[in-house]
Amino acid sequence: METLTIAGKTLALDADGNLANRNDWNEEIARELAAQEGIPELTPQHWAVINFMRSVFEKEGDAPSIRRLTKESGVDTKTLYQLFPKGPAKRAARIAGLPKPKGCI
Amino acid sequence: MTDTPAQPIEKVSIIISRGSLEGVYPGLIMANGARMEGIEASLFFTFFGLEAIIKKRMHNLKVATVGNPAMHMPTLVGALPGMSSFATSMMKKEMEKLDIPPVGEFLTMIHDTGAEIYACRATVDMFHLKPDDFCPEVDGVISVGQFYEKAAGGQIIFT
Repeated sequence: METLTIAGKTLALDADGNLANRNDWNEEIARELAAQEGIPELTPQHWAVINFMRSVFEKEGDAPSIRRLTKESGVDTKTLYQLFPKGPAKRAARIAGLPKPKGCI
Repeated sequence: MTDTPAQPIEKVSIIISRGSLEGVYPGLIMANGARMEGIEASLFFTFFGLEAIIKKRMHNLKVATVGNPAMHMPTLVGALPGMSSFATSMMKKEMEKLDIPPVGEFLTMIHDTGAEIYACRATVDMFHLKPDDFCPEVDGVISVGQFYEKAAGGQIIFT
């Protein structure tokens, strides 16, 4: 299993390079993962997306669709793509310490 | 032979040429899905595919119940009045469950992701359509030549 040493901890990764165990995650790790994705600073809007994704995953076992994310997190589609320009679904999930979302929408 | 990792797709240009509900959605889902992965995407609507971006028509697209063996419905049954509307409302319900938006909302969403949306010049001329007939997400009416210029360096997907 691949690992990543980040914020002073060595963490297990899944096949997609996302954290294998979401309980390993904390805000400092999120900031370092974001830096790896080319996001130098996590703004309150980034956190709104990350926290919403984590709360949905906690309840339902998968990340929300982009449509639901934009309707319920208060961050609209245009902003979402500005926050995560390399693709919100995959990148935001990785920064949130979650596996890659399964849905197509 | 050495295995070289496959080059990731960076850009797609998706052509939507059909005007039935099941003809339009695959292209919309693929365009949105591309943007979700950080892939650059554009949509080019041609022939009956234009139905999806004409303001008066886009909200009333129907599933074709005739001439479609995968519906598992005899042609004469599929031709009964109301059958296409029935199949359409069934499919829309299933799509809503999967959080797939209606056509108008989906186009807005796709456009907001930064994808560009174009109409085919030849079809627009053939059907005598005016710029005002289209929904505001349409970025322009372009020729085949312009389409290829915009598609340069990416993959073209015909649906």
